[in-house]
Amino acid sequence: MTRAQEFVRSNVRNPNAITYFLLAISALFFPAVVQFATGGSGDYLVGLAADGGVYMLMAIGLNVVVGFAGLLDLGYAAFFAIGSYTYALVASNHLGVTPIGHSLHVPFWLALFIGMFVAAGAGALLGAPTLRLRGDYLAIVTLGFGEIVPRVFRNGGVWTGGVPGISALDVPKLPGWFVGPWVGLDFGWVPDFRFTSANLTAYYVLMVVLITFVVILVNNLHGSRLGRAWMAVREDETAAAASGVNTVTIKLLAFSIGAATSGFAGAFYGAKLSYVSGENFGFIVSVTVLAMVVLGGMGNIPGAMLGAIVLYFILFWLLPNAPQQIEGLASSLGLGWLNQSTPDGWPGIAEVVSRSKYVIFGLILVGIMLLRPQGLLPSQIRKQELKHGEHEAIAAPRQLQA
Amino acid sequence: MVQRLRASVITTPTASLINMVGIAVVVVAVVAAAQRIHQQGATYFFQTMGFGLAEGAIFALVALGYTMVYGIIELINFAHGDVFTLGAFFSLALMPTLGLTEGKISGAALILPLLGLFIVTMLFCALVNVVIERVAYRPLRRAPRLAPLITAIGMSALLEGVMNVWRGPFNLHYPDFLPEYQIPLGGDVTISAKAVTVIVVAVVLMVALTLFVNRSKLGKAMRATAQDRDAAQLMGIDINRTISATFFIGAALAGAGGIIYGLYYNSVQAFDGFQYGLYAFTAAVFGGIGNIPGAALGGMLIGIIFAISDGYFSVAWTQVLIFAILIFVLVFRPTGLLGMRVPEK
Amino acid sequence: MTKRFGGLVAVDNVTFDVEEGEVFALIGPNGAGKTTMFNCITGFYKPTLGTVTFRNRNLTGSPPHRTAKAGIARTFQNIRLFDYMSAIDNVRLGHHCRMHSKLWDSLFKTPFERGEERRITEHSMELLDLVGLGRQAENYARNLAYGQQRRLEIARALATDPKLLLLDEPAAGFTPQEKVELMELVRTILARGITVFLIEHDMRVVMEASQRIVVLDHGEKIAEGPPIEVRNNPRVIEAYLGKSA
Repeated sequence: MTRAQEFVRSNVRNPNAITYFLLAISALFFPAVVQFATGGSGDYLVGLAADGGVYMLMAIGLNVVVGFAGLLDLGYAAFFAIGSYTYALVASNHLGVTPIGHSLHVPFWLALFIGMFVAAGAGALLGAPTLRLRGDYLAIVTLGFGEIVPRVFRNGGVWTGGVPGISALDVPKLPGWFVGPWVGLDFGWVPDFRFTSANLTAYYVLMVVLITFVVILVNNLHGSRLGRAWMAVREDETAAAASGVNTVTIKLLAFSIGAATSGFAGAFYGAKLSYVSGENFGFIVSVTVLAMVVLGGMGNIPGAMLGAIVLYFILFWLLPNAPQQIEGLASSLGLGWLNQSTPDGWPGIAEVVSRSKYVIFGLILVGIMLLRPQGLLPSQIRKQELKHGEHEAIAAPRQLQA
Repeated sequence: MVQRLRASVITTPTASLINMVGIAVVVVAVVAAAQRIHQQGATYFFQTMGFGLAEGAIFALVALGYTMVYGIIELINFAHGDVFTLGAFFSLALMPTLGLTEGKISGAALILPLLGLFIVTMLFCALVNVVIERVAYRPLRRAPRLAPLITAIGMSALLEGVMNVWRGPFNLHYPDFLPEYQIPLGGDVTISAKAVTVIVVAVVLMVALTLFVNRSKLGKAMRATAQDRDAAQLMGIDINRTISATFFIGAALAGAGGIIYGLYYNSVQAFDGFQYGLYAFTAAVFGGIGNIPGAALGGMLIGIIFAISDGYFSVAWTQVLIFAILIFVLVFRPTGLLGMRVPEK
Repeated sequence: MTKRFGGLVAVDNVTFDVEEGEVFALIGPNGAGKTTMFNCITGFYKPTLGTVTFRNRNLTGSPPHRTAKAGIARTFQNIRLFDYMSAIDNVRLGHHCRMHSKLWDSLFKTPFERGEERRITEHSMELLDLVGLGRQAENYARNLAYGQQRRLEIARALATDPKLLLLDEPAAGFTPQEKVELMELVRTILARGITVFLIEHDMRVVMEASQRIVVLDHGEKIAEGPPIEVRNNPRVIEAYLGKSA
């Protein structure tokens, strides 16, 4: 049996491997299928998917913090904001407007990494004094941090563009890129390629490449000395410390890596949008990413990815479009009166649906925790926890301790 | 049970440096505030203080719920702030039934309907909270720490979502039934009767609570369970009922707080509870988590700080200030002003 | 050293030395302060007064991971395994403080990282074989039998490459046969050059396995010496059996 056959054999039943495979296939074919299905006007959807990739990156990063290391970070969006604003400051004309006087136009890639490192630094700074706190205190502290950061940016006056934010950020540029019939041009290599809203497919492809890279790296971490230490600290911090693990450093690493991922995503997002403002980085972003991780399967990378896709689809495709669909459905079912808003408060069923974002979050978080805490795609560990819950313990009864 | 060393990246010399910096910052802030207070005169000061104390009273009512629940099961009930908002929403819906229409009723005629409003709303909020505990927290009492925290957030989101669907994201007008006049304090200085009413009602509720906790059998059970759950159980205390009772009382206070909030600010919004809850939690931690007088004290102090920051500095930075206090207290003095040390893990 | 918790004096001015290469035992009635001593030595508690010196290094107040790195490993009275990790992963974790892979190595799975992982996997299997768990390597710690769990904890502690192994009631709940096997294991560990310091309630095990014993009662040291002496010491007998009427 060749190695390839062996590989397939051993993985064909593994839900994680299947998920990776399906994700890869759908990522590859999504743009083509979409363009075909919409008769060539699928650009919007492709762009939407690229934005979804940003959330997926964040889910993968938060999964490291919450899923691997067991630290509840409720202010994850703060690092996203820091990444975005860092990009805005180093890759635009903005610094010219501030008392500094000179603007920086750092090349795209470098700016992404700068955003990432600044966010990682912020994570380390926040984490150093707070990671030794017990879980619920840590959660609240990160929540507070998540509230402070966007407000500081909003109040930052000329330095951060204040409430209106900073616009006209440098457009992402690569030394070269492929174009082809999928964007209506002949095959070719374009030097000094600028990512514009005319070519959302390019964003999409870039996003897929970035995600693939990050997934490989995080997977490596998971199976390494560091990943094992995270698992141990999450299982039993005391035992981990007694076995030589510096729990504070380990937690700090998880926290900073999570922050770095979020910052990286934020920088990318800022570049794509060519705009940042304090409005987009509130608690709702943090709780969305958390719900994605919980839904998909805490501690499981393909789980986080799956959770991201499912929830993103629900929030950014289903919910915005559902009102019309439901209105149509109600009318056709003869329930058209549901669509009208009444003076005593019923706002019409379309409006009700569009307001239910938070209800969905709540139901997902509570429901998953109570009914299927291991999420859609359980990690190996959770599977064991579940197995144990279902069968009698094989271990002999323990001695009552004095 | 192994108690962990308070392992910290901050070693002792750094800690005392930070302490000194912290004290310096507080001193500078107090001096700056004092300067501005002096500038703006006594009338403005007393108005601000009145506002701050009223706000603080409401914070205290909500903080009590947080602190009691945390004291007994060591869980931050994220949904508590939203129960507070729910109280405001529910009371708003209940008003027409009680004949509480703005402008059509005032003076002594208000007392009975308002009393009814309080009682029914408080009961409603209490029941909601008890259900939340039963459904979302009790099944997870033995689960790893992360699980109930996540359900708590989920509950908070759920409540906010329900209110959002029910009345929308708009600012709802809450009728004004509080006395309008100013109480003179001497010279030009006055304090609004509104503020005084709020403070009085809150204090009455808090005194009632304290009496209950200190004198009644259930109160004793609550304190015992908070100190040592297993011992309490061995003494024959029904833990589940005691915990439910804690949730009941905490939410009743929050519901009352919601009504007072509405009456005072005349505006409520579905998502108010999130931030307000955080402020109240800051107050609870500031005064000492798990400590009832601490919550009251913390509430008042945070209210005053809030008002002074709003009135003498800048509204935009007040929120940042309060959250910064939250972080600093948790990191450097988690016991707060009056609290006892909660063992880590 | 002395350890106070508020008003409670858990350990009162207790001093002793553990000689290299011996089996040293700490005994005493329940509540005597034995586990507190272990916790002070390994850094989970900071002694109120006094010092902990190990191989000429002052370890007083060092956090647990530092004492582990310095060469002191321990097991726990209540068994603290990583329940949902496999047996071999538990032992692999023990190697953490002896590994040198950095973040970069972990991120990019460098040849150095891969080589190190191979090495510690081999060593982990060796240790599992040593404690008789070679066949259980891939089983989750949760699913092991009680006796196997205790032995796994020892294997994990050995993975930290210690010079001193602290065993907290290693024979608790063991059948007589298991106790015999445990003493055999202790001999093997000694033969590897590791000093063993154990807390134990089973007097047979203590008398047979250890060279010297120290006895605590209500936080005070009441006897120290070879097993024969300690066994016949009236104060020790009184501590365990209580004053006769």
